[in-house]
Amino acid sequence: MVEFNLPANSVVKEGKSFSAPAGAKTPRKFRIYRYDPDSGENPRTDTYELDLDACGPMVLDALIKIKNEVDATLTFRRSCREGICGSCAMNIDGRNTLACLKPIEDIDGEVKIYPLPHMPVVKDLVPDLSQPYAQLASIEPWLKADSPAPPDGERLQSREERAKLDGLWECILCFSCSTACPSYWWNSDRYLGPAVLLQAYRWLADSRDEYTGERLDMLEDPFRLYRCHTIMNCTNTCPKGLNPALAITEIKKMIVERNI
Amino acid sequence: MSMQSDLGRVRGLGSAKSGSAHWWSQRVTAIANLPLGIWFILSILAGHTADYDSVRAWLGSYFHSTMMILLVISVAWHFTLGLQVVIEDYVHNRTIEITSLMLIRAAAAFLSVAAIVSVLRIVFAGA
Repeated sequence: MVEFNLPANSVVKEGKSFSAPAGAKTPRKFRIYRYDPDSGENPRTDTYELDLDACGPMVLDALIKIKNEVDATLTFRRSCREGICGSCAMNIDGRNTLACLKPIEDIDGEVKIYPLPHMPVVKDLVPDLSQPYAQLASIEPWLKADSPAPPDGERLQSREERAKLDGLWECILCFSCSTACPSYWWNSDRYLGPAVLLQAYRWLADSRDEYTGERLDMLEDPFRLYRCHTIMNCTNTCPKGLNPALAITEIKKMIVERNI
Repeated sequence: MSMQSDLGRVRGLGSAKSGSAHWWSQRVTAIANLPLGIWFILSILAGHTADYDSVRAWLGSYFHSTMMILLVISVAWHFTLGLQVVIEDYVHNRTIEITSLMLIRAAAAFLSVAAIVSVLRIVFAGA
């Protein structure tokens, strides 16, 4: 059955507290989830107080400042700091988003930072994403065609055909959407989740791909596709403003279209 | 402990190549329930003070008996499909899952056939 309570060894306890440096003009508290699997202890939330006057504007700036100047043990993923790599996806102020795109000033009161929900935690803010990565590989996210490419150039698309990929290619695979989806929480072993289904539709919508039928065969499954109940958390949370729920609906429409 | 690769585990037994009929039927029965439900509510509003004989005559008529049987089929079908989704979502013990799916179908089949037989008894009572 679905678990409504955390297992005893996952209950989050109150952790350490670090106050703002003396003379801080705009102190702000950051409450951050900490978990170290090697310690054998329960996860805890540590509180870090920073002076926002001496910190960059985004949540990621604060995390980097904490790691550099306050507590070097804090662990998180980050790379591009401009919303294109998808590494710093985490749950900030109760919503999955990218720490690098989330301004601190958008948040009232304490800034609460947790890893992406309902995934195994490797350490602190780093979730184990092996399962969604394998699910992405399972939909074979690359161009598949039997017709050889023209010898003198690339495969061409009309402007209209290319326009169908807008709203799909922008996905950076941060998995904010999949880990915001209750259906994915309860059935991630079999449901592919919104991020992977949006990628699947990205190749279904590509006029150059010749494996649409096989792709639909692979998706037509009560669990892989039809666990989507249009809850819309995916679209609501996407830090890139994409609409995975719409992409999933388009897949469902394509399957109905070939059946009737 | 399993040393199977993530991709092997995700591919699992492969696609069931079904599910679209379930999804489509759920939507079609939802749409069908709308006019049938409106007919039912209007009929109850119009007839809730009527006496026994006139209700029998109403349910024995061609149109209303047909509508009643359609309503029973559509609602029972929609109910079964909907509850199946809830069980598949939340029940992760295979034995309980399959047993409850069969029980729901059995209950829906029994109740809907009983309801249809009741309507037919009234229809053919006068014949």
